[in-house]
Amino acid sequence: MADGVKPRVKAPKSASAGEVVTIKTLISHKMESGQRKNKDGSVIPRSIINRFTCEFNGTSVIDVKMEPAISTNPYFEFEATIPEAGDLKFTWYDDDGSVYEDVKSVAIG
Amino acid sequence: MKFKALTAIAALMVAAPALTFADPDDDTLTINGEEMVTKAPLPAHLEDSLLPEIMSGWHFRNDDTQAMEMDDFDNPGMLAVEDAMVAWDTVEGTEGKSCASCHESAEDSMKGVRAVYPKWNEEAGEVRTLAMQINHCRTENMGAEAYKYDSGPMAAMEALIAVQSRGMPVNVAIDGPVAETWEQGKEMYYTRFGQLDLSCASCHEENYGNMIRADHLSQGQVNGFPTYRLKNARLNTVHGRFFGCIRDTRAESFAPGSPEFVALELYVASRGNGLSVEGPSVRN
Repeated sequence: MADGVKPRVKAPKSASAGEVVTIKTLISHKMESGQRKNKDGSVIPRSIINRFTCEFNGTSVIDVKMEPAISTNPYFEFEATIPEAGDLKFTWYDDDGSVYEDVKSVAIG
Repeated sequence: MKFKALTAIAALMVAAPALTFADPDDDTLTINGEEMVTKAPLPAHLEDSLLPEIMSGWHFRNDDTQAMEMDDFDNPGMLAVEDAMVAWDTVEGTEGKSCASCHESAEDSMKGVRAVYPKWNEEAGEVRTLAMQINHCRTENMGAEAYKYDSGPMAAMEALIAVQSRGMPVNVAIDGPVAETWEQGKEMYYTRFGQLDLSCASCHEENYGNMIRADHLSQGQVNGFPTYRLKNARLNTVHGRFFGCIRDTRAESFAPGSPEFVALELYVASRGNGLSVEGPSVRN
């Protein structure tokens, strides 16, 4: 498991039904591309977050495939329509098989 | 006569579009809703300079970069602050102490600290930068190893301390025991270095607002340091920036933490007296 990986999400705690809200996410991760070499000349193995998804009550909101050119600490900002009260579930998939999750509840009101 | 008039017209034609493109903007910087002072009247000691007012480097960046500093969630420098919060509570060294053992919560004990550094240390009889004070604490009080002067952990710790003073005006003392060091720093600021024969003032006083190739020259204020730079994706220290600037004049640069850079930092910091502490800021 890569060091210092920590997901962060900023989403509103409540919204009116049908409101379009802005969601910001960031995961601290070194995103080692697999192209770089260390001082000895050997390749530093690739270690990136390769997929990020967000679901609202089981419905897919966004599903992103990520490639090695994406820089350190990948940040995503996107909009979602909130039809009803429920949970936003965020998932990050690491090259090493680790899965990082975060859940934010959104109330209607 | 005719030649002169033509030159004047040509000069106008060149100058007019350049001005609209390159001038610093008039946006207002709020961080987490709190308004910052990014333009301030000249401190008394700058009255004979060419500057009309002092201005944060934030005004010289484009809107996207500016926006990243306006919300802590978007500011990648805040990740380093989180790391430093862990380091603050971590016991290191032979004395079995952490920063928190003496200073308790950084939120209370470090409030206002960044705004007055570098400052005179009576006991040691020297001008100390924040980094020197951090390392003094580590080696003398904690029995731990000093951080490398411009390293990541040092920049992160400086950022944690800077955040506690965010929005407070920079207020660095320039008289009394520091006067001699301050004069030394001032002399450096106006001394031309390197094959390109440039002083700090050549770019940051005489030509701020103009483009130097693709770079928009700021006034070179340090109120926003440590600074997260998009170009190297990490926090940068004041001395790291000084090193780069002097190197870019094709001179043999001074070392980060050297007495020369301490003097220069004191002088440059005093040029920003009145601007808000912004650290960690975001620049390109």
